[in-house]
Amino acid sequence: MDQIELIHVSKKFTTKTLGTVTAVNNLNLKIKEGECFSILGPSGCGKTTTLRMIAGFEDLSDGEIYLSGRPVSVKEKNLYIPPEKRGLGMVFQSFAVWPHMNLFENVAFPLRVQNINKTEIKKRVEEALHHTNLDGMGKAYPSDLSGGQQQRIALARAIITNPKVMLLDEPFSNLDPKTRESMRFEIKKLQKKFNFTIIFVTHDQSEAMAISDRMMVMDMGNIVQVDTPTNLYNKPINRFVHNFLGKSNFTRVIIENNKVYPRNDKSQPLSCELPNNGEREAVLATRPNTIELNHTNGYKTKIEKRIFLTNYIEYIVKVGDQIIQVQTPHFDEFKEGQTCYVKFPSVMWYSAEEDLKDNERDCRQII
Amino acid sequence: MASVKFENITINYGKKNIIKNLSMDIRENEIMGLVGPSGCGKTTLIRALCGFIKPVTGNIYLNDHLVYSQEKRINIPPEKRGIGVVFQDYAVWPHLSVWENVVYPMKKHKVPKDEIQKRATYALEQVRMTGYERHMPSQLSGGQQQRVAIARALVSSDELIILDEPITNLDAKLREKMIIEIQMIQKKIGTTIIYITHDQETALKLCNRISIMEPDGTLVQIGTGEEITKTPKNRFVFTFIGVTNFIPIIEKNGSWYFNVDDEIEFSHNMPAGYLKGKKNVMGIRPTDIMFDESSKIKGKIAHSVFLGDQYDYFVQLGSKELRIQRNSFDIASGREYNEGDIVGLSFLHPYYFEDTKEASL
Amino acid sequence: MSLFRAASHQNSDLSKLDGKKISLDNTLTILSFVILIIVVVIPMTMIVYNTFFFKGKLDTRLFNEIIANPENISAMRNTIIVAFWVTLFGTIIGVFFAWLLGRSDIPLKGMMRSMFTIPYMFPPFFGAMAWDLLLSPRGGYFNKWFMNLTGMKTAPININSLGGIIFVETSYYFPFVFMQVVSALERMDPTLEESARIAGAGQGYVIRKITLPLVRPAISAGAFLILISSLSHFGVPSILGFSQNIFTLPTKIYQLISRASGEFQGIREGAALSVLLVIVVMLALILQKIVLKSGRYDIIKGKSMRPMLIKLRKAKYPLLILSFASLFVIVVVPLVMIFLVGLLKAYGLSLTPNNFTFNNYKNVLFESKMVKDSIFNSLFLSISAGLICMFLGVMVAYVINKIKPYGKGLLEIISVLPYSIPGMVLAIGVILAWSGAFGINLYNTIWIILIAYIARYLAFSMKSASASLQQVHYSLEEAARSCGASHMQSLTDVTVPLIRPAMVSGFFLIFLPAMRELTTSVLLYGPFTRTLGVAIYSLKTDGNLVQASALASFTILLIIVCNALVRFITKDRKGV
Repeated sequence: MDQIELIHVSKKFTTKTLGTVTAVNNLNLKIKEGECFSILGPSGCGKTTTLRMIAGFEDLSDGEIYLSGRPVSVKEKNLYIPPEKRGLGMVFQSFAVWPHMNLFENVAFPLRVQNINKTEIKKRVEEALHHTNLDGMGKAYPSDLSGGQQQRIALARAIITNPKVMLLDEPFSNLDPKTRESMRFEIKKLQKKFNFTIIFVTHDQSEAMAISDRMMVMDMGNIVQVDTPTNLYNKPINRFVHNFLGKSNFTRVIIENNKVYPRNDKSQPLSCELPNNGEREAVLATRPNTIELNHTNGYKTKIEKRIFLTNYIEYIVKVGDQIIQVQTPHFDEFKEGQTCYVKFPSVMWYSAEEDLKDNERDCRQII
Repeated sequence: MASVKFENITINYGKKNIIKNLSMDIRENEIMGLVGPSGCGKTTLIRALCGFIKPVTGNIYLNDHLVYSQEKRINIPPEKRGIGVVFQDYAVWPHLSVWENVVYPMKKHKVPKDEIQKRATYALEQVRMTGYERHMPSQLSGGQQQRVAIARALVSSDELIILDEPITNLDAKLREKMIIEIQMIQKKIGTTIIYITHDQETALKLCNRISIMEPDGTLVQIGTGEEITKTPKNRFVFTFIGVTNFIPIIEKNGSWYFNVDDEIEFSHNMPAGYLKGKKNVMGIRPTDIMFDESSKIKGKIAHSVFLGDQYDYFVQLGSKELRIQRNSFDIASGREYNEGDIVGLSFLHPYYFEDTKEASL
Repeated sequence: MSLFRAASHQNSDLSKLDGKKISLDNTLTILSFVILIIVVVIPMTMIVYNTFFFKGKLDTRLFNEIIANPENISAMRNTIIVAFWVTLFGTIIGVFFAWLLGRSDIPLKGMMRSMFTIPYMFPPFFGAMAWDLLLSPRGGYFNKWFMNLTGMKTAPININSLGGIIFVETSYYFPFVFMQVVSALERMDPTLEESARIAGAGQGYVIRKITLPLVRPAISAGAFLILISSLSHFGVPSILGFSQNIFTLPTKIYQLISRASGEFQGIREGAALSVLLVIVVMLALILQKIVLKSGRYDIIKGKSMRPMLIKLRKAKYPLLILSFASLFVIVVVPLVMIFLVGLLKAYGLSLTPNNFTFNNYKNVLFESKMVKDSIFNSLFLSISAGLICMFLGVMVAYVINKIKPYGKGLLEIISVLPYSIPGMVLAIGVILAWSGAFGINLYNTIWIILIAYIARYLAFSMKSASASLQQVHYSLEEAARSCGASHMQSLTDVTVPLIRPAMVSGFFLIFLPAMRELTTSVLLYGPFTRTLGVAIYSLKTDGNLVQASALASFTILLIIVCNALVRFITKDRKGV
C-alpha cells in the first residue's frame, strides 16, 4: 500500500516584496511503505515546503494529501488534520530539543502527552535511549551535549511513539562531517528495527544517495525526476540533474562528419561515441571518474595541473580552450606538463541551449 | 612577494598555552596552507603575524625585517606591517560601499588619487566585481562580500595576503570555483598567500605547500600536498588528511598477522615500514584495499553504499569493519559486489604506526 | 610598490611603539573609571557614610530610630504591597497580550503593538493625575457622574487608595513584560513548538509545556524590571497617596527632605530612610540574580521561519474587543482626560464645550515665568545629559566590551548600578556629595541636577552602545588596522560609524525620559531650576489642576513630536 500520497499539491505564498510565489506546483507523488525517500534540490526549490505540508505545518493552496490512505489535507473539502493528530515522527535541522527539559523529559514528552503511566514511560524511554546510543544520559541537559548527541535526542523522541512515517528535514546539516556520516547509518539501522517510512529532505546529493531507496529532484517548485539513486546518477534526464548529482564536466562541442570536436578547435576529434540526435552543436557531459587517461591513444593534450589527494589523483587537462577535470586512481601517474591522451568511454549529451540556461542559473546562485 | 619567518614563537592566552616554540618559513611567492583542526592555534599564529596579539617569546620576520621581537622589544603595529587580510567573516565594513571599502587601505597609505582609482578598478576586475562599486555590502551575497574582502586585501598589500577560512562556508561547487579564482589571482599578481583552514581537501587543492598543526599547537609537518599525502609524518597527519582504516598487527614466529579477534596471517616477511619492537597498527586508505580473488585474506561485505562517483563497501574482517572505496565506473564495467559476498582482499600502500592508546582516537 | 618596505625602514624608532607611551586603550580605561567614581561611587558612598557616621564617628542611632519609626514601617509595607501586586498584574497582562500578538491570528497586530507601547512613553504621574481627576472620591468626574446617576452617597471608586496606586502603576508598567516577551517570542525557533506538535501535543499543551517555559527568562526579566521600578516609584503614590496619608518609602523620603528645607539633619534622615529603600531594592536584585541564573537557554537558532499562528476561531473577536477595551482604558482615557481638564475654565466645572478655554495654555506657556524657565531648564538638561551620556556611554561600553581591562566587571557594575538605584536615593547622594562636602557647592543650581541625570541615565546609553558594540566583530576593526589605519583611525573610521545608530537612539533614550523627569529633580530643584516635571507637579500640588493639566497636555504633545522625530531619524538608516 502507498504510505503517503500527494495529489495535485500546490502551495503559493504571498509576500510584500515578491507578490505571489509558487513554492510547490502541482505535485503528484506516491511513497511506498517502508521506503526511504529523499527530496533533493537547491535551496528554494520547494522541498522543505513539501515536507511541511505533509507534516501539517503548512496549509495547501490546492490538492490532497493522504497518509496510509487516510486524508489529512484536502483543500477542496477544507479538511485539515493538525500535525499532532497525524501520528508522524519528525527531526529538524535545528534539532529542536527543548532546552528547559533534560534528556529523559525530552524523550518522554510524546508519551506524557498520551497520559501513559510512569513505569511504562520509563521503560520505553530507556529503550529509545538505548537504540540511539544515549544509555544512561537521561539526566543531562541539551546545552551540555554536542550537536550529534542533541540530534540523537531528537531521534529518540521521534521513534518513541513508533510512528509509521518519519520526516527528516535536513537533519545532518548542522553536524560536522564525521558525525554526519555516522548518523546516516544510525538512521538506517533504526529504520530496519522500527520499520518506518522515511521522507528525507536535503540539498546534499551524496547524503541522499547514501540512504535512499528512491529520490526526487525538485527545482523551482516542480518535480524534475524521481528514480533510484543509481538511475538518477547514471541516467539523469537533463543537465540540471546531471550537475546536481555529482561532479561534472560540461564541454561544448561541434559535430562534423560524424566526428566530435571541442568548440573552437578542429585540429583533432574527441574519442567518444556520437550523440544520436544529429545536432551540430551540443554539450558533452562527463563525470571526472569515468574519463580515461593513457599514454598512447585518444585526444592528445597535456596535464595542466595535478593534485594528489588521499583517495585519487585529480588532473586538469584542456580540450581545445575548455578545461576538464579527471580523477584517476593513485597508480595512473602523470606529471604536470606531461603529454597524455584522453578517452571518454561514458558520455551523455545535452543541448547547447540547456547549457546556457543552466550556466545562467549557476551564476545567479553564486551571486 | 614577501617571505615570512617565525622563530620560536610561543603564545599564551591568559594562562593557557596556545602555541609552543613554533618556527616556520614561508617562501616568497607561494600559497602556504596552514592546516589543523579547529582550536589548534592557527588563527592565533596569524593574528600574531598581523600584530593583533603579542607572542610571549620569539621573533617574526617579514622579508628579513624584524616586525616582532620579544628580546629586542620590537613590535611594529598592524597598520605598518603591510599585510592584506581576508577575515573568516569577511569583515567588509557594512557602512561603506564596495568602492569605499576597496579604496580605504590606499587612502590610509596616502596613495595618490589617480593611482587609487587605477588600482581599485583593477582589483575589482580581478575578483569579478566590476559594476558593483556603489553597492552596499548588505546588498551582496556572502560570496560577493568575500570577493570584496579579497579585493581590499589585494590593494592593501601586493606582498602578503592572509586568507582565514574564507571559503569554508560555501557549498562544494562554489568552493571549487573559488579555489581556481584564488590561484589565478595569485599567479597574475604574484603575492605570497597564507591560507588558513581546517579543511584538508581545499588545502591540498589550493596550496603549493602545507603546514599541518596538531591540536596542541605544534607544527608536525611541512611539505607539498603530495609529500604529505604520500609520507605522512605520524598517525595524526595520516588521519587528518583523509579517510582511514587502522588494523592492529602482531608478529608471531616470523609471520605477521592481523589481530582482529581471529589472527589472520598476511605476510611471511617483515613488511616495509614496520616498526620493529613496537606494537604496530596498519593504516590503510579505503582506496588502497583491493578486491583480489587470489588473496587468502577473506572478508565479508556487510553493506555497500552508492555515493555517485564511488561505492563505499563495509567489509567485515574478523572483528574489524574495513571501509573500502571503489570507483563506481569501474564497478559498473566489472564485477558486481553485493552485500553478503565473500571477497579476497589485498593491501596496497600500507602505513605502519605505533599503536598507542592516545592515538587510537 | 611596497607599502611594507616603506614602513620597515623605520626600524630604529619602532621600539617606542611597544606600549611605552600611554596607549589609547589605557587612557580610555582610566578616564572611564575616574568619571564613574565621581558620578556614581562618591554619591553612593556619601549616603552610607552619612547614615552610619556622624561627625566622623560610627553612629547608628539615626538609622535605628528611622527603622523603628512605625510610620516608616508602614511606608515600607505599602511599598512592598504595591510593588508585589503591580508586578503580578503587570506580568499577567503583559504575557497575555504578548502571546496574543506573537502567536495568535488576531487581526490589526501592527497597530495594537504600537498602541501597547504608548504607556511607556508617558510618565506614570500624568496617568495618576488623570485618574485622580476622574476617580478621586470627592471631586472625581466619574464618581460625581455616577453618584448623580444612582443617588449613591459615597463614591463608588476611590482612586486615592493602595488599589488605585496599584491600578495606575500597573497600566504604565506592564509594557516592560509585554515588550520583552513579544521579542522573545519573535526570536524563538518555531521548530521548538512544531516538534511538540509532531510529538502529539495540542495547542494548549504546547503553550503550557513548551512556549511559556521557554520565554520564562524573558518574563522574569520583565517582571523584575516592573518590581524594581515600582519599588522606587515616586510620582503615582505621591499624587494619589498624599491626600489620604498613604505613604510609600520614596514619598516618605520626599516628605522628610522637603520638610527639612535644606537643613542637614533632615537630609540625613532622608538619607537614612533611603538606605532602607536601597536594602529593599537590593533584596529584589538578589532575587532577580537567583531567578534569572537558573534558566538561561539559547532559543534562537535555525532557519528563519514564520511561526505557526494559532487560530483563535470564535474567540477572535471577543479577544479583539478585550484588547481594544484595555487600550482604551489604559491609553485613551487618561490622555483625553488631561486634555479636557486642561481646557476647563476651572476645575470642577462640567466637561462641556461652553466651559472650555485656551486661557490655561496661554497662562502657562506665555505668562508664567516659572513654566518658561522650567521648559528651558528641561530642554537644557535633557540635551546636555543626552549628549554627555551618549559619549560617556560609548566610551565605557568600548572599554568593557573591546578593551576588557582588569576590573571590567567592576566598571560594568558601577555603570549600571544607578539604573537599579531609586532616583530619589540618587538625588540624596548627589546633595550630600555636591553641596559643600568636598568644597564644591552646587546646591540649588542646575548643575547638581545635571550630575544626577548623568548618573541616572548613563546606564541607558551604555547598554545601548554595548549591545551595538557586541555586533561589531573585532575583525572589522582589525581589518582597518591591517589596511593601514592607526588604532584611533580604526575607531573613527569603522567603529564609531557602525554604532552611530545606537548612539543616536542612546541619546533619545535619555532625552525623552529626561524631558519629563520628576523623581530626581523634585528633590534637587531650586528657586530657578524647576524642570518641566517639577513645574507640573508643583501646579498640581498647589491645587492649580487646570493649569497643571494644560502644561501636561503640552508635554504630551512635545513627547509625541519627539517620538515621531526619533522614528523618522532611525527609520532612515539602511544597511548599517
